[in-house]
Amino acid sequence: MSAQEFFHMGGYALYVWPAYALSLVVLTGQLWAALRRRRKLIRDIEVQNRSPETHT
Amino acid sequence: MWVWFHKFGSPRYFYDFAGRCIPWLGAACALLMAVGLYLGLFVAPPDYQQGESYRIIFIHVPSAWMSMFVYVVMASSGAVVLIWRVKLAEIIASVSAPLGASFTFLALATGSLWGKPMWGTWWVWDARLTSELILLFLYFGFMALEAAIEDKRTAARATAILSLVGVINIPIIHYSVYWWNTLHQGATVTKMDTPSIHLSMLVPLLLMAVAFQLYYATVLLIGTRTELLSRERRTRWVAEVIRNS
Repeated sequence: MSAQEFFHMGGYALYVWPAYALSLVVLTGQLWAALRRRRKLIRDIEVQNRSPETHT
Repeated sequence: MWVWFHKFGSPRYFYDFAGRCIPWLGAACALLMAVGLYLGLFVAPPDYQQGESYRIIFIHVPSAWMSMFVYVVMASSGAVVLIWRVKLAEIIASVSAPLGASFTFLALATGSLWGKPMWGTWWVWDARLTSELILLFLYFGFMALEAAIEDKRTAARATAILSLVGVINIPIIHYSVYWWNTLHQGATVTKMDTPSIHLSMLVPLLLMAVAFQLYYATVLLIGTRTELLSRERRTRWVAEVIRNS
């Protein structure tokens, strides 16, 4: 099987590849968003903890 | 047992434990997905009826399974929230909702991209597709209701009730291909007799399904840890964790 044949997907390239691309975008997007929220929150708490009287 | 239960439910313990699990889950997910994609795209032969287009199955079916699995996790957590008011269950349900919505969206979108060349249409209002669309709206409803209530604990109880009522949709989705005449093909794997799918296609499908499970577990734990930090941000253990990070 040549690379061209592979990307052609027997004539279904227009359906198969968007399906895979969309899944890749959505799944990496969710992962990225989760990591970003974590980084942002840790930064926020660091700032908050600089004023030490807020601890309980 | 109860000691274990108590310890595991404690935010700090769960935070550390989840933190140790995440790299392994993520690595296992990446490995299985790589092998599954390789076997599914390069090794598995074309389908005798559908040609190469059937390869969408390797993402469509795992997404569809996950869309229902995540809902069941969410609703079970909802039950725990209503009965025992466990904070961790509130967080798990809340973090699961957008992930479940993503899987549902992918199941619908990849199904549409598969339906067009095979059925000649992007969409039909048949039982399977409609009940899956309702599932997407249930997730949206959960997220909207949660966003509308300011107090997180009140929001958790309200969304728990919503998710439990919506559980009725899960068996409807699963059995829709038997109860109604539909364009959607019947089950290939979860049949009582032998699955009507060749091993060369079944193996990558199952690998992808497990990889999707591991993906959900990984992102769920990342999100749960973040939310734990956020809700407990004024406690000593969080201050300690942040200092050591």
